[in-house]
Amino acid sequence: MSNENLISRRGLFMKIGMLFNGLVATALAFPIMRFLLSSVTRGHGNGYLSWVSLGRVSEFPEGETRLATFRNPYVMPTDGQTVDTACWVRRIGGDQFQVFAVNCAHLGCPVRWFPQSGLFMCPCHGGAYYRDGSRASGPPERGLFEYPYKVQDGMVTIQAGELPTPGSPTASSFGNKPPCAARNDLVSIDSKLSTSNETNALVRRMQT
Amino acid sequence: MSVIGQIGQWFDRRLQLAAPIREAAEHPVPRNTASWFYVFGSAALTVFLLQLVTGILLALIYVPSANEAWSSLQALNHDVTLGWFIRAMHGWGSNFMVAIVLIHMVQVFLFGAYKFPRELTWIIGVFLLLMTLGMAFSGQVLRFDQDAYWGLGIGASIASRVPIAGPMIVKLMLGGPIIAGATLSRFFALHVFAIPGMLIGLVCLHVLMVLKLGINEWPMPGRLVKRATYENEYHQLTRKDGAPFVPYAVWKDLFFAAFILLAVAACALYFGPFGPTGRPDPTVIQTAPKPDYFFLWLYGLLSYLPPSMETPALLIGPVVVIAFLVLLPFLSGEGEKSWRRRPIAVLTVLLIAIILGTLTHLAGFTPWSPHMNAWSGDPVPQRFLHGATALQRKGALVFQAKQCRNCHSLGELGGQRGPALDSVAVRLTQDQLIRQVIQGGGNMPAYGKNLSPAETTALVAFLETLHPAGQAPAREAARDIVLRDSGTRP
Repeated sequence: MSNENLISRRGLFMKIGMLFNGLVATALAFPIMRFLLSSVTRGHGNGYLSWVSLGRVSEFPEGETRLATFRNPYVMPTDGQTVDTACWVRRIGGDQFQVFAVNCAHLGCPVRWFPQSGLFMCPCHGGAYYRDGSRASGPPERGLFEYPYKVQDGMVTIQAGELPTPGSPTASSFGNKPPCAARNDLVSIDSKLSTSNETNALVRRMQT
Repeated sequence: MSVIGQIGQWFDRRLQLAAPIREAAEHPVPRNTASWFYVFGSAALTVFLLQLVTGILLALIYVPSANEAWSSLQALNHDVTLGWFIRAMHGWGSNFMVAIVLIHMVQVFLFGAYKFPRELTWIIGVFLLLMTLGMAFSGQVLRFDQDAYWGLGIGASIASRVPIAGPMIVKLMLGGPIIAGATLSRFFALHVFAIPGMLIGLVCLHVLMVLKLGINEWPMPGRLVKRATYENEYHQLTRKDGAPFVPYAVWKDLFFAAFILLAVAACALYFGPFGPTGRPDPTVIQTAPKPDYFFLWLYGLLSYLPPSMETPALLIGPVVVIAFLVLLPFLSGEGEKSWRRRPIAVLTVLLIAIILGTLTHLAGFTPWSPHMNAWSGDPVPQRFLHGATALQRKGALVFQAKQCRNCHSLGELGGQRGPALDSVAVRLTQDQLIRQVIQGGGNMPAYGKNLSPAETTALVAFLETLHPAGQAPAREAARDIVLRDSGTRP
């Protein structure tokens, strides 16, 4: 090219060709991104959450905390056992419940309930929670995650469907009550419970 | 000309690869680089090739479905001829690869090889390290067992802490709202297609740059790197004191590569494959998940960081570390190469090695985790009950029944989360013991609501007996005076 300001015919075609490819790539990027982000967009507006039943109220003795399992409402054909989920159900009394996720609020390991000491303990980094789910000690910054529940026709149902993680909106919208207030509420309820009697019975059993 | 020679010529006329390959093989390298210190790069490449081959072999049997992955691993372990061996080679290969890549990186750092003009080789190396770690984590997920399941939960919990985007990242990572089939599928795609594809590309680039720029010469104290003169000096060095890479230096690479392959095979034979542990059934919560070897240090770090520092450290820490590694050749792209004159570099490496080593060692026995079965599994040693009163014995029972033992050891048995209580009575007075038991504090839960007054009395009576034979228990000096003055005690 003698004159640098002039674009040759071939050069122009090449540029148009590149532009054309750019346009097609941009157009294709939309469906590709939609596909890639489908697991995110599908969950918008609590799209993954549903109410699932944990069983009859009578299956949960008053004053006790029991492990219950449910099938995650959102299922894919290849999920296998992974959709079976566990949760801790505490029946405070009557229709008053607390349903905790088994996932530790620290890093999600499964916490175990120890009725004798009234503590949930995490096997990973040693987080511990009181019976009402509030933080007792260890690295967690908050209490256990709680599922919203309701009692309908004698059945305990919870709103579930997402893995509870420290950052998930469902985790922060509930189960985040101030721990002091929550614990004071429960003192009166706890005093009704027969925990010390239970322990005495256990000690007697161990002695014999 | 022989038939083979003719066939070779036929191909080369079309491929035209013989000349560049010969040139690459015989390019002169400084004589002193034919050293055993220079074999780690080729060893990493060798193990990477081993991982490619064993990975493809495993994919012949493995099924990336949440429903079948675990069973297909069992089939590999038990039904398919030598399936266990290939699994073990792949698993041990990954351990070796992480280790060799780290050693290679330390060597390159201490020999100043990241300086001009090899900055980009180093930066690509940093990304190769990140991808190697990505392969290690995603590989652990493909071993779809309990550890993999809860390990993903830990990954999701960490990712969810990213401000604003956290929940979206979690769903993107899991491929849905929970850890399930889609999660395994996408980690399979990452582990088998995406990351290896990028790894192959970057490894080729990395090796090509070593060939083009020449291997880093053995650093001599006082021989400084200057942008203006370095390339000239290097060429003079290779011309004056150079030798062809093949065979002058390559034989050490070949020996070490074979030795490493043999070591991987020996470990695979002797120790066997990793897992799988229990089925990935989230309703089985009697599990204490643990990461694979190369992430144990992180497991340790996460239990020692104070809660308030954890999220910033998790989110900012990696960014700072990666940024520092990438920027390193720009921060000190010139100057001294020899470790003999770079004390801070040597100390940094030692410090990091000691920190990682200590955390890994601690994660081997997890002193921060409660022993979930200690209360029912580890009896109170007899010597602590010898001559004890009925009240003290009852206290020992309360001690066990209330799971105190899960965090506190007696006679070196029990959890190590809290302090050992073998001599607690020397440290705390009766009043302090009562207060500690009831109110907790110092990382101990409060037991006030779970102990009756009688139980507390018994427990503290037992704890007061826990002191060495010749050492008196702690007591409050003022207490005696108050009791004497009030006439209750002479």
